[in-house]
Amino acid sequence: MSTVKLTVNGKAVAVDVEDRTLLVQLLRDHLNLTGTHVGCDTSQCGACVVHMDGRAVKSCTMLAGQADGANVTTIEGIAKGEELHPMQAAFRDNHGLQCGYCTPGMIMSAIDIVQRHGGQLDEATVRHELEGNICRCTGYHNIVKAVLDAAGRMKVAQAAE
Amino acid sequence: MGVEGIGARVVRKEDKRFITGKGRYVDDIKLTGMTHAYFIRSPHAHAKVKGIDSSAALKMPGVVAVLTGKQLVDDKVGNLICGWAITSKDGSPMKMGAWPAMAPETVRFVGQAVAVVIAESKNLARDAAEAVVVDYEELPAVADMHAAIKTGAPQLHPEAPGNQVYDWVIGDEGAVNAAFSKAANVVKLDVTNNRLAPNAMEPRAAIADYDAAEEHFTLYTTSQNPHVARLVLSAFYNIAPEHKLRVIAPDVGGGFGSKIFIYPEEMVALWASKKVGRPVKWTGDRTEAFLTDAHGRDHITHAEMAFDANNKIIGLRVKTYANFGAYMSLFSSSVPTYLYATLLSGQYNIPAIHAEVIGVYTNTTPVDAYRGAGRPEASYLIERLMETAARQLNVDPAQLRRTNFITQFPHQTPVIMAYDTGDFNASLDAAMKAIDYAGFPARKAQAKSQGKLRGIGVSCYIEACGIAPSKAVGSLGAGVGLWESAEVRVNPVGTIEILTGSHSHGQGHETTFCQLVADRLGVPISQVSIVHGDTDKVQFGMGTYGSRSAAVGLTAILKAMEKVESKAKKIAAHALEASEADIVIENGEFKVTGTDKAIAFPMVALAAYTAHNLPEGMEPGLKESAFYDPTNFTFPAGAYICELEVDPGTGKTSFINFVAADDFGRLINPMIVEGQVHGGLAQGIGQALLEHAIYDANGQPVTASFMDYAMPRADDLPSFNLSHTTTLCPGNPLGIKGCGEAGAIGASAAVINAITDAIGKNNLEMPATPDRVWRTIHAA
Repeated sequence: MSTVKLTVNGKAVAVDVEDRTLLVQLLRDHLNLTGTHVGCDTSQCGACVVHMDGRAVKSCTMLAGQADGANVTTIEGIAKGEELHPMQAAFRDNHGLQCGYCTPGMIMSAIDIVQRHGGQLDEATVRHELEGNICRCTGYHNIVKAVLDAAGRMKVAQAAE
Repeated sequence: MGVEGIGARVVRKEDKRFITGKGRYVDDIKLTGMTHAYFIRSPHAHAKVKGIDSSAALKMPGVVAVLTGKQLVDDKVGNLICGWAITSKDGSPMKMGAWPAMAPETVRFVGQAVAVVIAESKNLARDAAEAVVVDYEELPAVADMHAAIKTGAPQLHPEAPGNQVYDWVIGDEGAVNAAFSKAANVVKLDVTNNRLAPNAMEPRAAIADYDAAEEHFTLYTTSQNPHVARLVLSAFYNIAPEHKLRVIAPDVGGGFGSKIFIYPEEMVALWASKKVGRPVKWTGDRTEAFLTDAHGRDHITHAEMAFDANNKIIGLRVKTYANFGAYMSLFSSSVPTYLYATLLSGQYNIPAIHAEVIGVYTNTTPVDAYRGAGRPEASYLIERLMETAARQLNVDPAQLRRTNFITQFPHQTPVIMAYDTGDFNASLDAAMKAIDYAGFPARKAQAKSQGKLRGIGVSCYIEACGIAPSKAVGSLGAGVGLWESAEVRVNPVGTIEILTGSHSHGQGHETTFCQLVADRLGVPISQVSIVHGDTDKVQFGMGTYGSRSAAVGLTAILKAMEKVESKAKKIAAHALEASEADIVIENGEFKVTGTDKAIAFPMVALAAYTAHNLPEGMEPGLKESAFYDPTNFTFPAGAYICELEVDPGTGKTSFINFVAADDFGRLINPMIVEGQVHGGLAQGIGQALLEHAIYDANGQPVTASFMDYAMPRADDLPSFNLSHTTTLCPGNPLGIKGCGEAGAIGASAAVINAITDAIGKNNLEMPATPDRVWRTIHAA
């Protein structure tokens, strides 16, 4: 057992976990942050994507201990109170989700994609960058639309700040 | 239609919880004192279980119990059932081998459970599972259908000699033979419909909780049809009587058919929770999903189509081998028979059809309904045949289809179905216009000048949806009725709860079903909520599959709404001192027509519940229910055209355009309908280009993870170009046909027709991987 100290969605937490505990298990089982999902065993599907120190990571593929000292943001931590993150709003407005299971990971990956590419996104780039997130419901059509829409919204929001 | 009524693109009410991480899936639920199950599964495709030694595991930390298949049988937990009886051509019933939830003696596919460890955590259960020693005696296995039916092949079940489940026929063989004897041209085709893994993104899961004092079970499960699960668990598996078993299917992360069936893991979790006296949770991992979720498709077919001298089809002869895997899953028997062969007329006037379907056992994962279920196999076969015929007869493939389209409705096919309505020329026109079909030769020439092989492929599909009426499916062998139920509860303040037997696992019922209420009563959808997925809350219902929830489920809601409105009109008329016949409903008000007298709907509701001033003899309250059983299947149809390029140097396919023109009858929410089509197209294209659940000759699965099974990713797919043509379905009052499976049914033939057009060779099996396409291009 080890104590892992990290910041999750702005709150400092210290959790005693078995050394083999994965970051996703710490989030789901110990902190009850069940918005982060597990859809495969091989780091392919991306349902578990969270941000660690501002970077998208697959929380099923790292030990909780590797997040010691890190700043982790999950799907539960991106809205400002009742105000949705532009990516969340774009997924809703563009019908970018159906069953909702891949959605948290999609949104967290998509935010990272927009942040890395700034305003230079086009459809081909979004499709290529979403390689690590699998959706079985939407055929990606509306997810791609949502990401491009959100890229515009995030640019506007950034300009306003 | 109003801003939230029928036909409006309303954003989904359910989305807020999903985009904020507040969805509630089975694995998100924790119960006090909950234990965790981990199954010990056979690594062999066929073996005797000679013994299980769990003594070391039982001594490990946190282990509560190790339970085996023998104990399950000793406790008289029933075998899994197949709920649709099929009769072979010789009159004998289908031959089914017994399927216990955990194998006490013999395992017949890799992944079949033999025992389960119950422990304080999943990790501890998994650790202990490593210490359970199972003594297997390997037996010869067979995974290939043709090998399985050969003399001397390994035998799976003593009940099914020759590994044959049934040999079923439909249609008039004599009429077909007569047609072929006078044919001007005969087109022959062999096709394989590749086996697929459904892969809903949420793995299956179950939490079982036994209350010893009440002798009552609660099961949280990933189900598309919780009431059917309760019925089957109760009536056939002896878990508990229905009133002592509550089944809850909360948010469910996709189904595509694979979550219709009642699987061994739910049964074992329920049984184990009583044995250990604590709640038991099981959550599958992805490899378990590949090994144990019912697979789809897996047909091998030879077909022949006879044409007269005017290119009119005069006969169709089909022989199909259907792989059922090692056991008959819940509705498996119906898929290659009544959901497949009854659609072999496609969109065409075919006077004589005969089909023979041979169901085969192999040492592989059971096969059952997967999005489309039989109809994609039929549509793929017919549309590949039409394309092959056009090439052989040297006519334009679109024109050959037009020459043979059914244009008069209703139309009785020779294979049971009576198509009620449609306009196949209209959807083909729309698709050809959208893709600029006439301009294709110039684009092909342009591509050729750049070294690319460009092709175009048409697919005109039809499907039968709703999977009802009950009387019809009953006469064909179904063990259940296939109606739907609804209850409309108006609260005293005028808010409304709709209780439905349909189940939403991505389809957006929480929005679309409210749109019907908004349309009729003029109340905002925020005042309406949908209750589903809990057998303690909702009256018995049949669940969601077969594109049935709008055509059948929503119509049941409409029927209950009509009763509510009728009573509310009486109350309003009484309050307004008017005749009931003069009351009209407008914008949330009950008005006396031609006057300014009106009473708001909430006041009508309140009057119903205060009961201070109701018409003489009227019962208080405002709550009505309905069971709706349609008069026919519905027949969504459409035309898909795919244009693509093949790189002859690599065999890689790139999409240029994919157009879909569908006729789904009336649309409730076009945004959600489009989403359903997108997802279906992705699964159809996935089958055509990428997906294949592969076994080696000994029954070892080769594709049991996302590393090996090629799921469609965002950069494998194009954006889609959708349009709709409309003929209203006469079979239900809303005119709805259903949209959930169309994409998966129509897309694969369009893709393969386009690739074979591009490369100029007709024989190409799915999935058309670059390797396979390259080899086909360069084959002698």
